[in-house]
Amino acid sequence: MPGVRSPRVLPGFGLSVGFTVFYLSLIVLVPLSAVFIKSAELSPAEFWSVVTAPRVMASYRLSFGASLLAAAINVVFGLLLAWSLVRYSFPGKRIVDALIDLPFALPTAVAGIALTAIYAGNGIVGQYLEPLGIKVAYTPLGVVVALIFIGVPFVVRTVQPVLEDLDVEFEEAAASLGATRWQTVRRVVLPMLAPALLTGFAMAFARAVGEYGSVIFIAGNMPMVSEITPLIIITKLEQYDYVGATAVAAVMLIVSFALLLIINGLQAWTARNNRSGR
Amino acid sequence: MSIRVENIQRSFGAFKALDGVTLDFPTGELVALLGPSGCGKTTLLRIIAGLDFADSGRILLDGEDASSTHVRERKVGFVFQHYALFRHMTVFENVAFGLRVKRKGRPLDKVIRAKVTELLKLVQLDWLADRYPAQLSGGQRQRIALARALAVGPSVLLLDEPFGALDAKVRKELRRWLRRLHDELHITSIFVTHDQEEALELADRVVVMNRGKVEQVGAAEDVYSNPATPFVYEFLGAVNEFRGNVVGEGLQVGTDVIPQVGRGYGNGQQVVGFARPHELDIVVDHANTNVGVPARVNRILSFGPVARIELSRLNGGGETTEQQFEVQLPAQRLAELQLTTGQAVRLLSSRLRLFDQGSVK
Repeated sequence: MPGVRSPRVLPGFGLSVGFTVFYLSLIVLVPLSAVFIKSAELSPAEFWSVVTAPRVMASYRLSFGASLLAAAINVVFGLLLAWSLVRYSFPGKRIVDALIDLPFALPTAVAGIALTAIYAGNGIVGQYLEPLGIKVAYTPLGVVVALIFIGVPFVVRTVQPVLEDLDVEFEEAAASLGATRWQTVRRVVLPMLAPALLTGFAMAFARAVGEYGSVIFIAGNMPMVSEITPLIIITKLEQYDYVGATAVAAVMLIVSFALLLIINGLQAWTARNNRSGR
Repeated sequence: MSIRVENIQRSFGAFKALDGVTLDFPTGELVALLGPSGCGKTTLLRIIAGLDFADSGRILLDGEDASSTHVRERKVGFVFQHYALFRHMTVFENVAFGLRVKRKGRPLDKVIRAKVTELLKLVQLDWLADRYPAQLSGGQRQRIALARALAVGPSVLLLDEPFGALDAKVRKELRRWLRRLHDELHITSIFVTHDQEEALELADRVVVMNRGKVEQVGAAEDVYSNPATPFVYEFLGAVNEFRGNVVGEGLQVGTDVIPQVGRGYGNGQQVVGFARPHELDIVVDHANTNVGVPARVNRILSFGPVARIELSRLNGGGETTEQQFEVQLPAQRLAELQLTTGQAVRLLSSRLRLFDQGSVK
């Protein structure tokens, strides 16, 4: 009926939505839009030449490539970790469980220095890898290692609760229908975990793209080789090239946003029919 | 396929789930494992399926030792209480799962399609083939779970509390439907339940279990009318209990006597007599006798053809005690008696089942 407001069970809809939008604008949208406003001081041609400079292009490849690779590796091993923690009980399980969160808490610079010390040519691990021709510190490989380190808790902590809710009955049902262990994992367990795995992937990836502190120590920051995009931005800022810095930042934002949108789309697609079967 | 379990033992820590269970399940029968929760019935079912393993003892499938055979190889269809349907697959794909994962002689797509359609027709849900489990009702899900289990052509069907998660009306419908289905297919089937009505109504034979042991095995009417142990008697229905001594042919309860034939018990022996509510009768004019156990009427529920009367036992001094009785009388008999709430009456039994006092907890 026109003119009659339908009563709501939960009060304060207008207020809470209004506040949500206001808060999100204040904390997220306003600073982000400043990036675009500032970079708009450049003419389109200047903007293009700044963001497509060879050194900047190389940094995109490293930043996004290493982040995607690290997130992918984290999905595999994060799932394994979560699986062990949920499905088995072993001595020291609670300690392992607590250790998972450490990369969250550790100042990233400390992580960077620690990783560099270990993987440098004369480090604890590095001294054995170097004779094999594997250099980790001061190479793109080092960047990936650092990004794996900081990203693993995201995957474990998103998959773990979902795995805990995943009844063993599903696997038992598959086995009683004649499925091998591998068929059960591939056809039953992984599809049911897919939404959580994608969420974990997205979070690990997002964190890796934005990571700065741990990477700059281990990367060595050689232009064209092991220089990440956030470092390019910092370098430009230090040279008082604010406009150039925001232009690169704007590109990063757009690419990250597009990638996250794609991952979220995938996640929603897999989750569509993955509702509780009870 | 016939199933035999021999002397199965299974413990979880200090808890003995199964304590020396030996049972035979003949080919083609529908058998109920009945017992209270924690009696080991589900553990036994899972051991037969190969989802759990016994600490000792053997499982024989068609006479062959299958104790260490993997669930994959046992050719059993298992239906879970909570259905365990794969929620990321359509109903069709759920039923087809067992056929698609076959590694030797996997049927052609065309054959799978025909087989699944046939099974969905059998459970009368072919119109739901493209839905996802979340879009089905509980009863529909359980029927799909059954169709999925049947798809691999099992020689044994094992159902773990198959109707436990459903509401009363659907449960009753599915019960009838499962019985019809079994009469059509004649697959050796075992189902677990804690609902005595369900077990008695559905099964060819009932296995009553308690604390990891088999209490009694028999046809439904046999188990119901001739319970072998006090536990079975109490578990299968409402019960009135009279503790006393055998005196001649009667049972002396306190200073009162229930006249009946004491079967195989000598004079003075301490026994417990059990009677179902419909086996008791109420007498009103009991002036100066000690025939029948005195009790006071608490409540009369007189709707329907059978009236239920709840009473409290009276002690020698005419005071009510904590012991409760329940009597079922035909409506006509109730009208004759003209009972009123609070009235003192005496209870007589047309049939008492006696057990040693030592065997009753």
